[in-house]
Amino acid sequence: MANSQDRSQGRTGGIVSGGAAEAATFTGNRALQIEEPLIFEMGQPGRCGVDLPEPPKVKDRLNGLRRTGEIGLPGLSEPQVVQHYTRLSQKNYAIDMGVYPLGSCTMKHNPRINEKVARLPGIGDLHPLQPVSTVQGALELIDRLAHWLKTLTGMPAVAMSPAAGAHGEMCGMMAISAALEARGERAQRKVVLAPESAHGTNPATAAALGFTVKPIPANDRGRVDLAALKAALGPDVAAIMLTNPNTCGLFESEIVEISKAVHAAGAFFYCDGANFNAIVGRVRPGDLGVDCMHINLHKTFSTPHGGGGPGAGPVVLSAALAPYAPYPWIVKDGDKWRVAEDGAAVAGTPLGRLKAFHGQMGMFTRALAYIMSHGADGLKQVAEDAVLSANYVMAALKDTMSPAFEGPCMHEALFDDSFLKDTGVSTLDFAKAMIDEGYHPMTMYFPLVVHGAMLIEPTESVAKEDLDQFIGALRSLTQRAKTGTAAETFKAAPLYAPRRRLDETLAARKPILRWRPSNNPPETDPVKQAAE
Amino acid sequence: MRYLPLTDADRREMLSVIGARSVDELFRDVPDSARLGAKIAGLPDHQGELEVERAFQTYAAKNVSPGTAPFFIGAGAYRHHVPSTVDYMIQRGEFLTSYTPYQPEITQGTLQYLFEFQTQITLLTGMEVANASMYDGSTGTSEAVLMANRVTRRHKALISGGLHPQYRRIIETAAKWEGFSAVVRTPDVEGLEDLIAAVDKETSCVVVQNPSFFGHVRDFAKLAAACHAAGALLIVVVTEVVSLGLIKPPGEMGADIVVCEGQSIGNGLGFGGPYVGLFATREKYMRQMPGRLVGETVDADGKRGFVLTLSTREQHIRREKATSNICTNAGLCALAFTVHLTLLGEAGFRRLAEINHAKASELADRIGALPGVKVMNESFFNEFTVHLPKPAAPVVEALAAKRILGGLPVSRLIPNDPSVENLLLLAATETATEAGMAPLVAALKEVL
Repeated sequence: MANSQDRSQGRTGGIVSGGAAEAATFTGNRALQIEEPLIFEMGQPGRCGVDLPEPPKVKDRLNGLRRTGEIGLPGLSEPQVVQHYTRLSQKNYAIDMGVYPLGSCTMKHNPRINEKVARLPGIGDLHPLQPVSTVQGALELIDRLAHWLKTLTGMPAVAMSPAAGAHGEMCGMMAISAALEARGERAQRKVVLAPESAHGTNPATAAALGFTVKPIPANDRGRVDLAALKAALGPDVAAIMLTNPNTCGLFESEIVEISKAVHAAGAFFYCDGANFNAIVGRVRPGDLGVDCMHINLHKTFSTPHGGGGPGAGPVVLSAALAPYAPYPWIVKDGDKWRVAEDGAAVAGTPLGRLKAFHGQMGMFTRALAYIMSHGADGLKQVAEDAVLSANYVMAALKDTMSPAFEGPCMHEALFDDSFLKDTGVSTLDFAKAMIDEGYHPMTMYFPLVVHGAMLIEPTESVAKEDLDQFIGALRSLTQRAKTGTAAETFKAAPLYAPRRRLDETLAARKPILRWRPSNNPPETDPVKQAAE
Repeated sequence: MRYLPLTDADRREMLSVIGARSVDELFRDVPDSARLGAKIAGLPDHQGELEVERAFQTYAAKNVSPGTAPFFIGAGAYRHHVPSTVDYMIQRGEFLTSYTPYQPEITQGTLQYLFEFQTQITLLTGMEVANASMYDGSTGTSEAVLMANRVTRRHKALISGGLHPQYRRIIETAAKWEGFSAVVRTPDVEGLEDLIAAVDKETSCVVVQNPSFFGHVRDFAKLAAACHAAGALLIVVVTEVVSLGLIKPPGEMGADIVVCEGQSIGNGLGFGGPYVGLFATREKYMRQMPGRLVGETVDADGKRGFVLTLSTREQHIRREKATSNICTNAGLCALAFTVHLTLLGEAGFRRLAEINHAKASELADRIGALPGVKVMNESFFNEFTVHLPKPAAPVVEALAAKRILGGLPVSRLIPNDPSVENLLLLAATETATEAGMAPLVAALKEVL
């Protein structure tokens, strides 16, 4: 009885019905939707999911620090473990299940050949500190991906080690700090300009490095206000951090003027490459005057998002910043590859080190497999289809929803919530109702510059008939909302997901961040606690 | 192109709905000078799956995989057996191709395993709260120092000579560019370093590693007390998380923040990444933690459920006032970790640790018996340092020429320091066999 109701219901207990019209079940399960307890509620002493030999008896050399007492880990057999995680998996939405239009996240198809090649023993089973003579193929692979990234962006150098986009931002902004220091201007240039629509990571990164963040307003076309930018530039400015295409899904049409003005003022241009999918193979950031840009391999180059990582965030660098790329550098001497690690002489003055070892090799392998599968021709088609699909969604919905800006978008379509005015339905309600229609909602309330923002990024991976059904669902929801009598229904959504709306306020006010035996009902029932 | 569902007919139809004559028109905001008409030159065109797979087999064939050779390298990345169930589970599309659980109603799978993961981390480390993972142990350590600076409002970190040299350099890099001071001790080869006298009223934190980079197992209870008396935090780093099955956890020694590299459980060597950072602290510092946190709550029907919580610490809400710029973490590696640890359970995890210790003890005795070789450790878990009668780097190269991956010459990570030139760091896990140990010992005898 791994699933008996007293354990599966957690703290609520008893028979639960999902909705007024539904019959209760003994187990609390509803057909394929199976309630699942925590592993800590399933374990039994004497059970184990592995068979390990009896350890040989040795005199321990632990400096008298042998661990005593129970750790408290539950014991489960292998079939229980398989069932547990399989049941949990069935409570997730995923790219493999359908349209996942999460704007700014590029939820495209994740090919399985990428997984297969990353697991080849000669690639996946290598120690990062093996003698370099035994990992020549691995170093060549990293360099091959580096070559693609440099060529696709038109940039002369790339730092491969950052572990994610935000980490890449840190790398790029450190490189800018290093270049300023070399010019003797680091103490003087303490301001970083960023549009109000920027990802939160941009100001967070700049602030962590001791910069003051000054927001740049947008014009009524959703682009950087060039006059305001020029007015803000001065001898105190270190850099501008700009996403392009920007977070409104629009290409910064005055980008060349922007980069010229930034450089004329002695500052650097950091480009947030989160939206590179819109232009990959069609536009090279190097041609736009970019000094550095991180590339989210998990967005543009399909490495799996994995429930929130791991990512990888290589940073391409202009000639002015290349000398400051952090260790390690992968260098070719004759026909041999080597890793230049901390302290090794290289053609520059590295800013330091950001991560142990050589970066997210597993992600490099997957990204390279994706890139080779597409080639230069396919990648160009990726950008075109991504942009075409977003514009198609925009065109098909513009009469009933409210686009935030005029004109064509790039790879994502941004709407505001003015079409929901006076309906009593909010962006959140609308998004939750999409769940009942079988979709993952779009990005909500971002960018912050648009009221009740809904940012839809279909990507190039969705077939037209699926786009049409998605559009049909949104049109239907819009019509229902506009009747003006459906607010209660929207506020109740989702009805058919594994969970109804969750009480986030309660979670934040009385944080329960781990299981404890005492979490069990009824002593610490949060509903009761909230009432108290 | 097999990944692109749109046909030319679809594209034409979509363009007509949009009211554009060509896709080029949609790119009209791109300045002419930067708009490429043709595909980017100098790169090959698309390839079939067969051709792609062959190319990677060619890369793979140029490497020596530890599975095909005697192997004894550790130094922050350890080769353990990962049960088949783990890799099967993380390749389920519902986990693999989902994202950060922003919509909790349809991501309870991810949220529940992260809640279980957080609980497991608190149990292993003996701490009160843990986050939903960091990129890896090395970056997590640097984040821990930044957190300690925030908590104490001080700006001087004291770094043990027993900390992994690359971890140390990451802290130094952060110190230089983020503006704090990192006082770094010389390599602590013998495990006798005493940091207590160096802790003062300006110290924000002391960073130690257990077992240390050189393998020594130490009790930091007195150091913790000294830190607390001075108002500083003790950060304990564990690069081999399996050691927590056998060694007193940092929480019981008085640590304030514990950072582990979690790679050993569930995650392969992968040539250095992606790995998974474990991050735990005291409840009182919870709101100063970096990274994502999952918390328990109830849904509209009163059923238990999980959500991302305390996000007011994070960059997407707090922007320039965030505790860290981190957004994603290492979700899938955390899943691999938690599945593996669930399979092991209490009994399996403890036994795994015992086997590691026994294997390393055997290796230490055999290597230490070689003429001119001295084992530097009184204590260790599954990794120890030996002093060779000659420089270690060429010895390791000579072993590699015999297809033996025989440890790490310390000079690779601590270059230009004559005092470590002859040091070799060796690790043995449950994967070590007689068929690997015997050739290593014989070859060492020959090349020394």
